[in-house]
Amino acid sequence: MIKELICINCPRGCQVKIDTDTKEVTGNYCKRGEEYAITEITCPKRTLTTSMRVEDEDTLISVRTDKPLPKELLFKAMEIINKTVIKKPVKMNQILIENILDSGVNIISTKEMK
Amino acid sequence: MKEHSLIVVGGGPAGLAAAFSAYQEGVKDILIIERDDKLGGILNQCIHNGFGLHRFKEELTGPEYAYRYEQLVKNTDIKVLLNSMVINISENREMTVLSRDEGLLSLKGKAIVLAMGCRERTRGAISIPGDRVAGIFTAGTAQRYMNISGYSVGKNVVILGSGDIGLIMARRMTLEGSKVLAVVELCPYSNGLNRNIVQCLNDFDIPLYLKHTITDIKADERHCRVKEVTIAKVDDNNQPIKGSEIHIACDTVLLSVGLIPENELSKKAGVDLDKKTKGPIVDDTLQTSIEGIFACGNVLQVHDLVDNVSQEAQKAGKNAARYIKEGKRKIDRTVKLEFNDNISYICPQIINVTDSTDDIDVFFRVKKPIENCFIEIKSSTARRIKKIKLIPSEMEKITIKKDEIITSPSLSISVEAIQDD
Repeated sequence: MIKELICINCPRGCQVKIDTDTKEVTGNYCKRGEEYAITEITCPKRTLTTSMRVEDEDTLISVRTDKPLPKELLFKAMEIINKTVIKKPVKMNQILIENILDSGVNIISTKEMK
Repeated sequence: MKEHSLIVVGGGPAGLAAAFSAYQEGVKDILIIERDDKLGGILNQCIHNGFGLHRFKEELTGPEYAYRYEQLVKNTDIKVLLNSMVINISENREMTVLSRDEGLLSLKGKAIVLAMGCRERTRGAISIPGDRVAGIFTAGTAQRYMNISGYSVGKNVVILGSGDIGLIMARRMTLEGSKVLAVVELCPYSNGLNRNIVQCLNDFDIPLYLKHTITDIKADERHCRVKEVTIAKVDDNNQPIKGSEIHIACDTVLLSVGLIPENELSKKAGVDLDKKTKGPIVDDTLQTSIEGIFACGNVLQVHDLVDNVSQEAQKAGKNAARYIKEGKRKIDRTVKLEFNDNISYICPQIINVTDSTDDIDVFFRVKKPIENCFIEIKSSTARRIKKIKLIPSEMEKITIKKDEIITSPSLSISVEAIQDD
């Protein structure tokens, strides 16, 4: 079966076609489009970005996953992140939650807080 | 009155890149004035990823992108004045600044770069009828409340406008446990990137209503908060069609209905503005109608990508540095860039031809989507560039060649659909 997808790797948004049997990908401008299409029909993944509470601080710190997380884990990960309060100081891209939900993905800061 | 070589108004992505670029060109006495308590501007609240693919060749979040530029600026002698607002600029480049720490300041710049960014259009700007109650936010305000202050903005949400900010907020609110009931778009197409339709709407089964608009907002019994929104289909003249109304019970409305360059200061300085971009009219060096005042970033024209803002600001900073060192350019003649009806605006608007004129990058947007078309650059010759599709939400860049500029008394850009035989 041929499946049509829009690659989400960059603003270009290529319309790619993938043969679900042979995994043959067409319509992609770069290699990332091929990787995206194959992952999308096997185990779709997304980068999660959100923000987290910091002790004694009235603003939040922005965070993200250090690599894409399987899509079905997004809400479960949000639950854990929203329950966590971290301590200052935080360095840029510091690991704040390691191996969330045993996915092999870490939650890292995208901001410094002194 | 204290004088600086270069004063940059605004410490967002444009201001940072302009200041750093001028510094690299050898200007050492630079001051950035920022009204917030930190640098980075709007990037601080744009916690999603997708920034920096062009500039840094990797995918960053907004705060990470800002951090890179902050680090660049930090390692220089560039001075930064936070919590300070420029309230007036005169045409001889003197300015009045209100600063939390330093009080009232009078400053003068040999050159000034305007980098104030833009602000959101509000409910008033598009005249949505209905009750005036709590629960109606511009998307950017809601974004700041959620991402920086940590407030929950609402539980059941309708979003008007399917530009990228609206789409990003639909996903953001969903992830934080709100229910986004509808994204409503007046145009027959979304103004956001395809990737955002996929990862912000489709991923969470959020319905997108194209050719629809909000026709009423109703308050709850105590007249406190939004209770219901009415949306209706629109005809080809964007008029609501009677009988097509859908009532949606909700407590929150987010508006993502466009951005306006923030040019109050430019006006005070007497800078000529473009009616269409709502930003200053600039020449090929991004100098405004006032000598020594340059503009870049969203105050000049609303961009889609911060990478383009950085690039534009770098150019403004470089040219400001050149002005500081060499003074006024010797201009042979001025060419106004003409464009046809399919184009909504062009920036820069004019080219000042000098003996050092080189290739010049020009940016424009089409008025509505055009498929299978060409861009024609008409100088003493005509050159065509074929395009599969041009859409208003994607800024187009073309390079006008040096030869085309110096050999021709006039220049025009046009977009035409290719006629099938």
